[in-house]
Amino acid sequence: MALIEIKDLHARVGEREILKGIDLTVNPGEVHAIMGPNGSGKSTLAQVLAGRELYQVTGGEVVYMGKDLLAMAPEDRAREGIFLAFQYPVEIPGVSNMYFLKAALNTVRKHQGLPELDAMDFLNLVREKMKLMDMEQTLLNRSVNTGFSGGEKKRNEIFQMAVLEPRLAILDETDSGLDIDALRIVAGGVNALRSPERSMIVVTHYQRLLNYIVPDFVHVLSEGRIVKSGGKELALQLEESGYAGLGIEDEEEAVGKA
Amino acid sequence: MTAVAEQIGAWLEQFTKQPKAEPWVQALREAAFQRFSELGFPTTHDEEWRFTNVSRVVGQRHALPSLPDALPVPPPEAQAYLAKHADFQKNAFVALNTAFLNGVHFTRVPRGKMIEQPIEISYVGGQGMRNARTVALPHRTLVVVGADAHCTIVESFKGSGSYFTNAVTEIVVGDSAVVDHYKIQEESREAFHIATMQVTLGRSANFTSHSISIGGALVRNDANVTLSEGTEATLNGLYIVNGTQHVDNHTQIDHAKPHGTSHEVYKGILDGRASAVFNGRIIVRKDAQKTDSKQTNKNLVLSDDAVIDTKPELQILADDVRCTHGATIGQLDAESLFYLQSRGIGKSQARDVLTYAFAQDIIDRVKVPALKDHLETVLFEKFHERAE
Repeated sequence: MALIEIKDLHARVGEREILKGIDLTVNPGEVHAIMGPNGSGKSTLAQVLAGRELYQVTGGEVVYMGKDLLAMAPEDRAREGIFLAFQYPVEIPGVSNMYFLKAALNTVRKHQGLPELDAMDFLNLVREKMKLMDMEQTLLNRSVNTGFSGGEKKRNEIFQMAVLEPRLAILDETDSGLDIDALRIVAGGVNALRSPERSMIVVTHYQRLLNYIVPDFVHVLSEGRIVKSGGKELALQLEESGYAGLGIEDEEEAVGKA
Repeated sequence: MTAVAEQIGAWLEQFTKQPKAEPWVQALREAAFQRFSELGFPTTHDEEWRFTNVSRVVGQRHALPSLPDALPVPPPEAQAYLAKHADFQKNAFVALNTAFLNGVHFTRVPRGKMIEQPIEISYVGGQGMRNARTVALPHRTLVVVGADAHCTIVESFKGSGSYFTNAVTEIVVGDSAVVDHYKIQEESREAFHIATMQVTLGRSANFTSHSISIGGALVRNDANVTLSEGTEATLNGLYIVNGTQHVDNHTQIDHAKPHGTSHEVYKGILDGRASAVFNGRIIVRKDAQKTDSKQTNKNLVLSDDAVIDTKPELQILADDVRCTHGATIGQLDAESLFYLQSRGIGKSQARDVLTYAFAQDIIDRVKVPALKDHLETVLFEKFHERAE
């Protein structure tokens, strides 16, 4: 059975329609890359799946583990195993990373019928995952993302994902703003979480990330629709010919040429 | 008789019933009562009281407590300071307090003395009604800190039922002394609390005030600080109101001499149909060159019906100064809420966590561990903290 089935999904923000009929099926263990130029709707798709209220779903359906995903509150989606690694992780002054993560983990565990972790077990788990992400333990006592560098924020996202162990991870432009060393660490963290049960949707503008996180499928999004799907070789083809090679206008490149 | 004359008449009756005090105290009382009867209680036509209507406080019949303050009568050495700083010429409530001067909580810290333990001053209201009248409590605090001395003062106000706290605190800080002052206002939800704190700082003194206002039906805090040359003053404030509570914080930072620094951060959390006022006056006198002053007021409004009036009031007469001010009024950040929810934290808990976080930096500045613990507990309970 598919883990998630997206059928003819339409969404808008305000008066502007952004998703104009997305169809996508992800089976357990699969990694799907969603590529596309700026403004194609990639991030909107990621946020809609996580339940951001800013976007209004105007049509279609999403079935996740046999349930109507769109009827669920964002926190319930998270408890059911959906994780969104944010393109722009939010700074929350006054809430420590440690407190935040412990509250999140124990809520998710409780929902799954698992006992809450005590302070000791939690700390051990967290230490192990921090090592994986090559993170300083002092980050735990700092406020969530507050004053973190761009790279630290992205690492913190994947670190949270490693702790929460989702069934479906959605990575929204996790590579943006990362230098090559940080990219390797982040990709290493993601790859360590690949398993036959866990699926991933990797949203990215550039092919670079896919050298490190090798997808099973690549979909190209343009103007709110998937216009082409294929295997990992599609990403390489894009790298060579650009979105223009598929007859898609990329705002960024268009600006570059002008 | 007009309502005003009636109110003053009622207080005159109480005033004449007071047993006579030491001549110098009696003279103060009489001068203050005289001034009070001239001033009358303020109305919303007074600019200083525009957003705080005290008619429901002063419209009641009041009685003084049956045990006139357990506090000692002011000793002769207090004479040089008492009522010399908190001016009863302008403020009717200060005048009224002074007219009923009886006991004084008087603390003197000798020159050069370092006191590590906080000096705790606790006022408890609520002896019930007396002859069907609301009990008025003219609390009076005087702290005189010698040059180079260090101390921490914690004034706390609590109580139960209905009563009217009318408090005046005078703090006189010597040259190069360091003083931390905490005011923890947790009055009963039926109580009225009107208080003036007047602080006079010596050269190169360092003064920090923490004003935490949580209780009371109607609360007015006046905090007035006068700086000298090279003085540093920090004013931290946190007010949390819901239901029909009203809290009004008026602060006045008077840079009277050059090279003074003042930092002020007041934060408010408003819910229900509560209302709050922040009025931050900063005066930089003509001589006070090289003044550095920063004022911030931030408000988190959790409901549609809560009201905040915030106003900076800068009177700058010197030309070589740096003064900044800013005020914000906002709701919980939607992106932050979504971020917490996207990790499995329920919406109401996410709101509580973010509300608590808003107050966190003010609580973090509290340096007395037991007090910090207490405030954290109170806030946790207030925001229905459940996660830990």
